[in-house]
Amino acid sequence: MPSPRAFLLLWLPAILAAAAVLLPVAYLLLRAANGGDAAWVTLQRPQTLATVWRTAALGASVTLVCLLLAVPIAWLTVRTDLPLRRLWAVLTPLPLVIPSYVGAFLYASALGPRGLLQGWLEEPFGITRLPDIYGFPGALLVLSLLNYPYVLLVVRAALQRMDPAQEEAARSLGHGPWSTFWRVTFAQLRPAMASGSLLVVLYVLRDFGAVAVMRYTTFTRAIYIQYQTALDRSAAAVLALMLILFSLAVLVLESKARGRSNQLNSAANPRKAERIKLGAWRWPAAAFCAAVVALALLLPAGVLLYWLVRGWLAGEALDNSARLIWNSVSASGLGALAVTLVALPVAYLLARRPSRSSSLIGSIINLAFALPGIVIALALVFFGANYALPLYQTMPMLVFAYLILFLPQAVAAVRASFQRVPAQLEEAARSLGSGPLGVVRRVTLPLLRPGVSAAVALVFLTAMKELPTTLLLAPIGFKTLATSVWSFVSEAFFARAAAPALLLILTSSLPMALLVLREEKDN
Amino acid sequence: MSRKFAVFSFIVMVGLLLAGCAPATQLTVEATTAPEPTEPAAPVEQEADPGKLVIYSGRSEGLVAPIIQQFADATGIEVEVRYGSTAEMAAALLEEGVNSPADVYYAQDPGGLGAIEDAGLLSTLPASILERVAPGYASPNGYWVGITARARIVVYNTESINPAELPGDLRGFTAPEWNGRVGVPPTNASFVTMVTAMRQLWGEDETRAWLEGIAANNPVYYSNNTGVVEAVASGEVEVGFVNHYYLYRFLAEQGEGYGARNHYLNNGGPDSLVMVAGAGILANGRNQENAVRFLQFMLSQVAQQYFASSTFEYPLVEGVATSTLLVPLSELNTPDIALGGLSDIAGSAALIEEVGMVP
Repeated sequence: MPSPRAFLLLWLPAILAAAAVLLPVAYLLLRAANGGDAAWVTLQRPQTLATVWRTAALGASVTLVCLLLAVPIAWLTVRTDLPLRRLWAVLTPLPLVIPSYVGAFLYASALGPRGLLQGWLEEPFGITRLPDIYGFPGALLVLSLLNYPYVLLVVRAALQRMDPAQEEAARSLGHGPWSTFWRVTFAQLRPAMASGSLLVVLYVLRDFGAVAVMRYTTFTRAIYIQYQTALDRSAAAVLALMLILFSLAVLVLESKARGRSNQLNSAANPRKAERIKLGAWRWPAAAFCAAVVALALLLPAGVLLYWLVRGWLAGEALDNSARLIWNSVSASGLGALAVTLVALPVAYLLARRPSRSSSLIGSIINLAFALPGIVIALALVFFGANYALPLYQTMPMLVFAYLILFLPQAVAAVRASFQRVPAQLEEAARSLGSGPLGVVRRVTLPLLRPGVSAAVALVFLTAMKELPTTLLLAPIGFKTLATSVWSFVSEAFFARAAAPALLLILTSSLPMALLVLREEKDN
Repeated sequence: MSRKFAVFSFIVMVGLLLAGCAPATQLTVEATTAPEPTEPAAPVEQEADPGKLVIYSGRSEGLVAPIIQQFADATGIEVEVRYGSTAEMAAALLEEGVNSPADVYYAQDPGGLGAIEDAGLLSTLPASILERVAPGYASPNGYWVGITARARIVVYNTESINPAELPGDLRGFTAPEWNGRVGVPPTNASFVTMVTAMRQLWGEDETRAWLEGIAANNPVYYSNNTGVVEAVASGEVEVGFVNHYYLYRFLAEQGEGYGARNHYLNNGGPDSLVMVAGAGILANGRNQENAVRFLQFMLSQVAQQYFASSTFEYPLVEGVATSTLLVPLSELNTPDIALGGLSDIAGSAALIEEVGMVP
């Protein structure tokens, strides 16, 4: 039995957070039950099985491509004498700030069968049509290029904290750099790759924008189509419940892949590993990083600039930008702080008090990652308007929605930090006469800081991009960069969408770059 | 702070400043022959405290914000607008029920309005509002009124298609020669409504056969009308089934060289359907009087002229000049369907799903 104090400080917030996540689930059950038998017929349609298959195929492929891109980049930028290493370290995580619905529009308009690229190729080479990117290839391309940074960030952090002693031992036993990488480094990175992959899979399950633009029907799109074409909330709810079951399966798989060793073999203040000399491989390695940056960052930014300039030339106005930036930054900032604050006790419980109850709470919270934004939004519209009217369409309500949406992300980041702070260090401080709160203040928190700032930055930039929940739950008239980009892009006012989209990307790049540069400095 | 970070922040700040200092001219889309409005905005007299109005708009901000702003300026009413898709707003209204803060629901199609009407959330409109439009353009039960109309057309690529050779009827596009050349937005509300009209006019079996015929011709599916128009213009497909007014914004943004144009089938069948975007007043809204004033304003000459000149939709009120680019509404041979007959969107959505157009 936890002490009253532990209960108040740890268990109560964690239980409340899990309860918050269960609200949308309760809403779905309510809607599905209201629909009667007709809604359940949705499950028996052959299309539903096809949707399951398509979703699984996309989730697995995107994860694989993300790993193939992220692990080499992480290793190259942390451990080797890659040319322009710091530049790549800062640029490679940045695609994460591009919203998937914007990214997908940009790729479609650049690489579509008759897109910008085809236009450039037509004169010199007579190419009148490029292969179709819509469907699976397009969805794979967009989601991989925009989400590999999830894996990159986690693997980079793990590499930076990894104790080089084992690698040195392997080297001294005569293993070359490649052999050492595969046998020692790669093996130790498994937990980090698993948790990065989990973030990617769950993002793919939740994403709507990229699959909608690329016309590839995963669960989220099927759910949206039910709302959109048939205004059928019950059938949508049944599909969403299936999506939750699907995500549960993914979570189980991930915990298997992570294996028993939750504790990364790492030190709180690791010695600096010696940089590996790439030799002749330096240039191919740099070319690889350059290619990824060109495709994932420069290409979308270039198309946006093209739209922007075309709009400027047509006399497009750019008013209200300051207001939009302030709204986006304040809502996302408040959200990031609130979510991280709640993530602290939850992550502590998961890392330090492993038990059935704590892992149950952890799984419930991870479930939130699989809830499509529209479901969370409508659940809170329903509960808010009917049971919490004074709070409805207020800022606290929006922050509460962000809490449900982004808690798993923040918990994962903070939890990884807790796992890097050896519990023995805390015990030692206790044995030297420090009180529990003193230990937290003087020992745990300082060592936790990288994880906490990573959580704040991640939640901030994901909230900046967030759309359906912000649309439905923000105070009326409260417009953000994301909502105005969406409003313009969905009516094909590309020129008008370009400025807020660029501002959105620039504003979220700031905390992202800050985070990476700080890690670099620590390293 | 590291020097690199300082440099980076500087670059970002310069970027932000540049973006903020862009030329502040407004893009206006002038209709070639739009005359000056002849009648002032409906009620202009300012009251001591004109109060508030909350609008849920399923129409996009880019299209309707300017005219809503004009209403707010003219009346002094504090107008708050929530923008989203028609379906999102309908779902939100259904969840909120009687506690909704909304006074007006402004939707892109009769389907969304019908769902809210069926849930008993709308109040009947005063005759003074309903009388302003022809009977076919309002809810048969008087719960909502059409504001503007859009016509179904075939958009075609100007390089590869001679419009004279297009079939006179949508049924022609099921012929094998159209294999792989057609763009369709199967989840778009207007497309679903057109299918509803087909079911009314052609019957279930023939509609199903048409959908199957189109689906068998390997069409390319898009998520909305703009996607289809863009694809037609770029030559990704050669024809598409959309509403008439999307094209004109592209023409305005990209000039006469834009590679797509509209073709009216104009045969009196479901392929020449004219559909309305409309608005209704929420029965539990707190600002009923302002809601009525808003609908009166939207049906005034000023607002109707705005739509005719800026969004290229058809005005529903007499005496408003439309752009010469548009075939006048009076010349359109529209099918004889009451709007009430277009409310069964669920049945049409099911049919579209059944033939495999929606995965």
